[in-house]
Amino acid sequence: MNFDFSDDQKFLKDEARKFLQANCPASRVRKVLEDDSMAYDADLWKSVAAQGWLGAAIPEAHGGLGLGHLELCVIAEELGRVVAPIPFASTVYMLAEAIMLAGSDAQKATYLPRIAAGEIIGCLATSEGPGAVSAATVSASVEGGKLSGVKIPVTDGDIADVALVLAKEGGQAGLYLVDMAGVTREALKTLDPTRDAARLTFSGARAERLGGAGEGLNLLEQILDRAAILLAFEQTGGADRSLEMAKEYALERYAFGRTIASYQAIKHKLADMYVKNELARSNAYYGAWALNTDASELPIAASAARIAASEAFWFASKENIQTHGGIGFTWQMDCHFYYRRSRQLSLVAGAPRVWKERLVSHLERRNAAA
Amino acid sequence: MDFNDSAEEAAYRAQVKIWLEANAPKAHPGSDPEGSDSLAASRAWQAKKAAAGYACITWPKEWGGQGGTPLQSVIFGQEEAGYPIPGNPFQIGLGMCVPTVMNFADEATKQRFAGPAIRGEEIWCQLFSEPSGGSDVAAARTKAERASDGSGDWIINGQKVWTTGAQFSDFGIVIVRTDPDVPKHKGLTMFWIDMRDPAVEVKPIHQMSGGSGFNEVFFTDLRIKDSQRLGGIGDGWKVSLVTLMNERLAVGGATGMGWSQFMEVARQTPGMDGGPALKDSSLREKLADWYVQAEGLKHTRNRTMTALSRGQTPGPESSIGKIVSAVQMQDLANEALEMLDQYGIINDVDLAPQHGGFQSSVMFAPGLRIAGGTDEILKNIIAERVLGLPGDIRVDKDVAFKDMPTGR
Repeated sequence: MNFDFSDDQKFLKDEARKFLQANCPASRVRKVLEDDSMAYDADLWKSVAAQGWLGAAIPEAHGGLGLGHLELCVIAEELGRVVAPIPFASTVYMLAEAIMLAGSDAQKATYLPRIAAGEIIGCLATSEGPGAVSAATVSASVEGGKLSGVKIPVTDGDIADVALVLAKEGGQAGLYLVDMAGVTREALKTLDPTRDAARLTFSGARAERLGGAGEGLNLLEQILDRAAILLAFEQTGGADRSLEMAKEYALERYAFGRTIASYQAIKHKLADMYVKNELARSNAYYGAWALNTDASELPIAASAARIAASEAFWFASKENIQTHGGIGFTWQMDCHFYYRRSRQLSLVAGAPRVWKERLVSHLERRNAAA
Repeated sequence: MDFNDSAEEAAYRAQVKIWLEANAPKAHPGSDPEGSDSLAASRAWQAKKAAAGYACITWPKEWGGQGGTPLQSVIFGQEEAGYPIPGNPFQIGLGMCVPTVMNFADEATKQRFAGPAIRGEEIWCQLFSEPSGGSDVAAARTKAERASDGSGDWIINGQKVWTTGAQFSDFGIVIVRTDPDVPKHKGLTMFWIDMRDPAVEVKPIHQMSGGSGFNEVFFTDLRIKDSQRLGGIGDGWKVSLVTLMNERLAVGGATGMGWSQFMEVARQTPGMDGGPALKDSSLREKLADWYVQAEGLKHTRNRTMTALSRGQTPGPESSIGKIVSAVQMQDLANEALEMLDQYGIINDVDLAPQHGGFQSSVMFAPGLRIAGGTDEILKNIIAERVLGLPGDIRVDKDVAFKDMPTGR
């Protein structure tokens, strides 16, 4: 049994933590949160690129480090711990993963080296309005290589150089790589301003299909499965940090003559957080194994990882505020960074209820096949 | 990251598989888990394992064990579970009682007890809980006093409760009050006793679930030798911590009715619109949650095994098992009842789906949430030992036991 990260991977994780402690303190996150003109932390983005993290899982032949997905998982967890205000998920978990999964040789050669070098930011544009994305919600269309339609919201859409867009061509859904030059972008007000989002209006933008015709929804599921596992590590990192914050505060705060950490109401709350966080971590680990080995269990593992991590981060981030009491509800405290990010991460790749339905559908198929 | 055995583990597993194939029972011994046929079958299987070196794999060689690794023990357990083996009434004795004896008794006593226990010839029980204290074991009132004849013997009077297996146990370890004039933790002493002594009376407890897996045990002037003392006079609490260290590992959380049985029944039960209940979205959402919890526990165990495989001490994550599984057992089984609608009240094994397994689970789950550490005590343990939060303020800490307030 070898169900853990290797010493090298743990070393990378420690190094990533040190690097982010130095380069992504809460004050930097706050700056992006409060400064409307800052869509993301461009300096942090550059230094993360210089670390090679953007290309951690991209093969060396395409300019990456060629490490693997387990390495990307440990980096993701550390980014989640510090609620890093950079378009890492959009660019790496979604765009790069999509191209590695389904891109032609030419597409790989065009995009992957530039992603690894930090030269392009990506985004995934699937939603067009309220409700879960499905074939029925797609109005955007491609004709003669030109894309028209509106996507809202698109995380990192206001800063992206390349969009991966779900659109229909001849009535069939496909995924299209679109150069963002000339696309109309309007920044949106969102719950988590440390990760901006936009409304994108495409009016005849040049669109190049990724993968086969009519393969869009199928391919999107595969991309989201991969992204879900990496996002689960970010969520687990955020959930763990939320628990730590609650614990640190509870040990320092006095009420009725003793620390609030000595009251069972608080102790049991923190124990509940711990249990959810460990369930999330164990499911994320299984997802990491499935992602790294491209196992047939990947869709089920991804669903479980996403559901467990979404639940853990939501619970930990809200109960962290509760543990802090009144001060936790103030703008000056950092608790709301995690609460906001927990909402962003739970919704960005489809809400947990959608994933629960997907999970049970997969289980039904697996049991029928058995 | 993989799920493969190391070379040594694979070799051990292969050896275990060969031995089990040649020696393990191929058919179920009998349906009554507490019946005498079943006990005989359990003893026979234990003796076979002991002769082949598969009982007490992790015990040191000087105790009669194999000096093996915890992972070898896990591997044997995994492989053994593939056969219809009889129940294991030796678990509490070999996991908790006898190791306590081996740690604290004199050489002659150790020699006397280890072998018969390993071979399944003698069964042990653990006598800790009392009517006055389940979570608060140190509040024990059962008392031991020196005999007045100067022999040094002790006379025990009082009552224990929730004693698993007392009805067929030969020996037991018991924690008793030897000094009521000092605070509660300081006046306790541990002894081993002969359960077959006429001064020991065992009465089965009729559980709310209908069964009787536990007992009340009454002591009326039970006379024992001072040589039966385990550890110093007044050191009983410290000795009990050694015993309890293993309890949370020994009390398993596994139950028969999980998400896959729920799914199977949901496929065959009509739902709200006449289609199968499995198509009801509210059920699907819960099913997903239970699956995710069960997988979370499974992979947490895999993380624990990985630590063992690497020769490391497992992390604190292994402490979450029973809290999650006991609560899930209750919720999942109840949801199954509600899915069956009016029919859910039927617990006739011939009529109810899964032979009434969900109904049994609903009735047994309250016990599982209490046994081996209540949900609340387990959360205290996580908060204090894992997260490092302060212990509760103890109002009885500096009070002599005899002056402690008591209620029911």
